[in-house]
Amino acid sequence: MSETLLNVKAVETYYGNIRALGGVDVEVKKGEIVCLIGANGAGKSTLMMTICGSPQARTGSVIFEGRDITRMPTHEIARLRIAQSPEGRRIFPRMTVYENLQMGASLDNLKYFNEDVEKIFTLFPRLKERQSQRGGTLSGGEQQMLSIGRALMARPKLLLLDEPSLGLAPLIVKGIFEAIKKLNETEGLTVFLVEQNAFAALKLSHRAYVMVNGKVTMTGSGRELLANPEVRAAYLEGGRH
Amino acid sequence: MANPQSNTPAAGNSLTAQALREAFYAGLVSLGLFVLFVGLKTDQNIRNELILVQRWGLLAIFIGVAMVGRFITVAYLRPYLAARKASRDAQVADTEDGFVKRNFSKLAVLALVLFPPVVIALSGVQGSLKWVDNFGIQILIYVMLGWGLNIVVGLAGLLDLGYVAFYAVGAYSYALLASTFGLSFWILLPLAGILAAFWGMILGFPVLRLKGDYLAIVTLAFGEIIRLVLINWTEVTRGTFGVSGIPKATFFGIWSFDVSAPNNFAKAFDLPMSSAYYKIFLYYLILALALLTAYVTIKLRRMPIGRAWEALREDEIACRSLGINTVTTKLTAFSIGAMFGGFAGSFFAVRQGFVSPESFVFLESAIILAIVVLGGMGSLIGIAVAAALMIGGTELLREMTFLKAVFGPDFTPELYRMLIFGIAMVVVMVWKPRGFVGSREPTAFLFERKAVSGSFTKEGHG
Repeated sequence: MSETLLNVKAVETYYGNIRALGGVDVEVKKGEIVCLIGANGAGKSTLMMTICGSPQARTGSVIFEGRDITRMPTHEIARLRIAQSPEGRRIFPRMTVYENLQMGASLDNLKYFNEDVEKIFTLFPRLKERQSQRGGTLSGGEQQMLSIGRALMARPKLLLLDEPSLGLAPLIVKGIFEAIKKLNETEGLTVFLVEQNAFAALKLSHRAYVMVNGKVTMTGSGRELLANPEVRAAYLEGGRH
Repeated sequence: MANPQSNTPAAGNSLTAQALREAFYAGLVSLGLFVLFVGLKTDQNIRNELILVQRWGLLAIFIGVAMVGRFITVAYLRPYLAARKASRDAQVADTEDGFVKRNFSKLAVLALVLFPPVVIALSGVQGSLKWVDNFGIQILIYVMLGWGLNIVVGLAGLLDLGYVAFYAVGAYSYALLASTFGLSFWILLPLAGILAAFWGMILGFPVLRLKGDYLAIVTLAFGEIIRLVLINWTEVTRGTFGVSGIPKATFFGIWSFDVSAPNNFAKAFDLPMSSAYYKIFLYYLILALALLTAYVTIKLRRMPIGRAWEALREDEIACRSLGINTVTTKLTAFSIGAMFGGFAGSFFAVRQGFVSPESFVFLESAIILAIVVLGGMGSLIGIAVAAALMIGGTELLREMTFLKAVFGPDFTPELYRMLIFGIAMVVVMVWKPRGFVGSREPTAFLFERKAVSGSFTKEGHG
């Protein structure tokens, strides 16, 4: 847990003239689960998309494995093995589960497809049951599993997850977070996670960042932030009044 | 079963009685509705006085239609629909398709190959002309165009309203190069395809960033630009006069179909002179070209590029995040689709022997797109069926001279084809919103195709 995999340095991203990110610094080390929490509109997803080069950062830089990827087109960034399960899952609705997974393995042209698909089916047995069903007919939780599975088919060095718990029942969220944890522990997969569900996300991750209005305001280990009164007030107990 | 009363005679009687009763009420309602509208009409007589014309006969027809229609609906149509719905519900578990359904495409190809000999046997060499040329070749051209456009619209999901431009490029490529340089059809066929593909790329580059409606508008404009260039660049294209005297294709240079040529096909086999041989040759040529299009489409769908097209249609952002270069993916879709349009175009030129800008109006693009949409985007069989219905239907309208006896001698049925198409399209879109074959055939399976999946996969987002 030493080598830095992803380094986001003083990144500013704009939508037109509106500044969405105002100088963000984030570091993800190899083998870590890092999460980014924050309120709606804080810029979490924008940071995720900026790492993927769409939109590109106006200033600052994104370094992956010592390489500057700030100005690279999205598909070339993906070829460096940064896989993404985007916000809203974005699976291919008219293609079957199996074909969706095939699309995930496009980078290697299906070379490792057969062994990898078995791995995904062990991780998410539901997908095996549903493999010849169309993606659009899956339930939300299954679609999320498919989206993560599809990203994993690319044999990623870094997995970006944008709100995997969005709109899912707590039990399913638990299952998905357990799967992420298992991947991290058994395969050393590095995960950068954006979440609204702060409690579950902080419990899961090694380190975390808190984002407010396009800026990182706090950082620390998951446990530290869980105990932090400010974080508790803003993100953990806010809903319980 | 949903409709048990139709099974027993007693129930059948009560159904008829009910139908008669409802027909009577329908008659009463229409009498009330129409007696003033239809039964009585105000008119002016020769002295400019307002008089009342009585039209009881016409009123009786209106009421009769309403009654008969109501009777048929209640007595036959409704039980039939209910029974069909019930049997369809019962059939969900039934997975084994019949022999014809399983081998439909093979049987269809076989029927197409046997079509000319059968027609010759039935109506003689000269009599076969109409069926092979007007129906066979005409339909197959549109099948091929539909399949070509299917790559762009059905697979890659790029709405192209100017597909006829590539058809025109192919046709003029052959027409101009053959009549200027005397090159043979077999050299120019691939060349026309390559030139059209090149134009596909030229169109592709500026529209890469556009999607949906915006893409449709630009492609529409592109189609019109090509046509206007053909009209106005008179030194090369001879403008609205078009290019005529385009040389015929030869049987791979072995036999010619020119009457004066020494190696004329009919002379070589001591057959009576007829233009039917050339048409039959052209029929097999366009059949081969269309099948080539289908074969390439089927193969490409199983290859990375074909999968990328389909994924691109579904979600462009997800595609990029999976490392797919959407720029090259779109350009290949445009250029391969255009290439088949070019092939079809050069065939069109060789068949007509004459090309002019009038053959490449927007209506053609619209018809081809309608064929693809009606057939069910992405489905080869559906598109072929749609082409046969639309183009064959037009030709059939021409044949319906008996309608003149009904509507009078001035009635020209083909003038109504757009009206009929419009109605047909609305009806199809209401009944089958995803076209004739709306379900998409997956390209890959881990195990055997699972029977259960069929009933699931029909749902979901179209």
